[in-house]
Amino acid sequence: MTFSAELEARLADMVKRYPPGHLRGALVPMLLYIQDEVGAITEDVVQEVATRLQLTPLQVEEVVGYYSMLRRQPAGRHHVQVCTNISCLLRGGEKVWDHARRQLNLQHKETSPDGQFSLEEVECIGACSWAPAVQVGYDYYHEMSPEKFDELVEKLKNQ
Amino acid sequence: MYNAPHPLEVRILTRRFGLPNSASIDTYLAHDGYKAIEKALAEMTPDKIIEEVKASALRGRGGAGFPAGLKWSFVPRQSPKPKYIVVNADESEPGTCKDRLLMENDPHQLIEGALIAARAVDAHAGYIYVRGEYRYLIDILDRAIGEAYQRGYLGKNILGSGFDFDLHTHSGAGAYECGEESALLESLEGKRGIPRIRPPFPAVVGAFGCPTVLNNVETFCSVPWIILNGGAAYANLGTRKNGGTRLFCLSGHINRPGVYELPMGFPLPRMIEEVGGGVWKGRKLKAVIPGGSSCPVLKAEETNLPMDFDSLQAAGSMLGSGGVVIIDEDTCMVKAALRIMRFYAHESCGWCIPCREGTMWLGKLLTRFHAGAGTMSDIDLIRELAQNMLGKTFCPLGDAAALPTISIVKKFREEFEEHLNGRKCPHEGKG
Repeated sequence: MTFSAELEARLADMVKRYPPGHLRGALVPMLLYIQDEVGAITEDVVQEVATRLQLTPLQVEEVVGYYSMLRRQPAGRHHVQVCTNISCLLRGGEKVWDHARRQLNLQHKETSPDGQFSLEEVECIGACSWAPAVQVGYDYYHEMSPEKFDELVEKLKNQ
Repeated sequence: MYNAPHPLEVRILTRRFGLPNSASIDTYLAHDGYKAIEKALAEMTPDKIIEEVKASALRGRGGAGFPAGLKWSFVPRQSPKPKYIVVNADESEPGTCKDRLLMENDPHQLIEGALIAARAVDAHAGYIYVRGEYRYLIDILDRAIGEAYQRGYLGKNILGSGFDFDLHTHSGAGAYECGEESALLESLEGKRGIPRIRPPFPAVVGAFGCPTVLNNVETFCSVPWIILNGGAAYANLGTRKNGGTRLFCLSGHINRPGVYELPMGFPLPRMIEEVGGGVWKGRKLKAVIPGGSSCPVLKAEETNLPMDFDSLQAAGSMLGSGGVVIIDEDTCMVKAALRIMRFYAHESCGWCIPCREGTMWLGKLLTRFHAGAGTMSDIDLIRELAQNMLGKTFCPLGDAAALPTISIVKKFREEFEEHLNGRKCPHEGKG
């Protein structure tokens, strides 16, 4: 497998960061950055990463299974994550979550048939003082409400 | 991004927030930036640095409150193995959103703090372990690290001193458990984030089997000011054995949620009323989670406390990670307990059976209870189950799940009884 020149440069830099004999240190960040480009951790990705880091595919698999951001199936073009943890819950995070499910016609961890949107209820994303919070991909949206959620979805559709 | 400052704040760590291009090295250099490492390299021995941090009474800002200088002194001076600095930027404790601001608004302060720690223990490489969701912060940190290399504050022969230090970011990929120091180290080594048995502690056997100083972002960020102004000056900002200021994240039912830098020991009632502008919608206070969701909750009448590690411990709770969650009178505490437990059940790594099974069963019991299908004996069962998790796991996640649950059952038992016999939640829809 080959990746974009930009990603290859990043991966080349990444593997140099760990001490001799500890190439495996690069595993988690490598998987996440590759997923960002490829869309999911496919069998090919597992093989490729195992080869590059001198690991067995099983050693890669067990790590993929552990981390919640690593996924086997691609998310939508806009991966919408709604936090309902305690600080968001207290400020209406559940209302935003219920609204998001209705508006996008998706349930937890589902992707729309056209691949535009996927939805996930997530745990604390570190936006407690600006709750309720939503993350789309890596972008934060603070102090959300059902109305603001609709505006956000419209904006994303036109992107 | 940060909220409007409050006049009661004592801005030490946040003093550069709001300056134009506050994340750039030029802004940093124009406002005391890298002066502390200059001083440390030119005028201080490594031992003197550690003494100064000890004198500052700086305690770990990740939650445990362990004295930072003492932790550094546990790193063996002579070591055949290399030593490492690890910055815990896996901020994930529900209610906590302060490290995000420190990295976004002033990344060089963190770099300088890590660099001073490296000098103190003679480490030559370090990692900033950032939770995967904080990608934009990794980009900010990478830019700042690049600037620091360019200007000679990282890399070989820093400021002509002969001291070398390399610093790298390292991305997590979604796991609360990796905020626990030993699980973080496993993750840094490319494995599943499961905790290690201790001793040995990371100061002796840490990253890659080598002696390691591992502290929270905010702890490292406090170090440059301590070196520049002296440990005693920092200690004087706080209370006995609780030096300095800390960032408190006010969230929940409060009029002015936000992150505020206040002296250690700042009274909680004033934090709620004056800094936070009081409970929202003119409602009464019901409870406060004083330091992130792992802490036992305080009832409104128990909140007349100075916010420092020892006072909170004496009150049967914890100062934790600075996440102060305000809960108003219209909140269902059974639902709060349930949501907190769902989180821990999701995040339990599964390594220790009491935590893995306990969080799952408590999640089921609380779900059933909140739906009105609980029985009187379930109330005690919930408490007993949680009690049985305490102290029986490799890492504190089991305790973190059990402690808030026990406190809610004990302090708000009547709310559990209100849900008995199929009764609809009396607080539903009040929001």
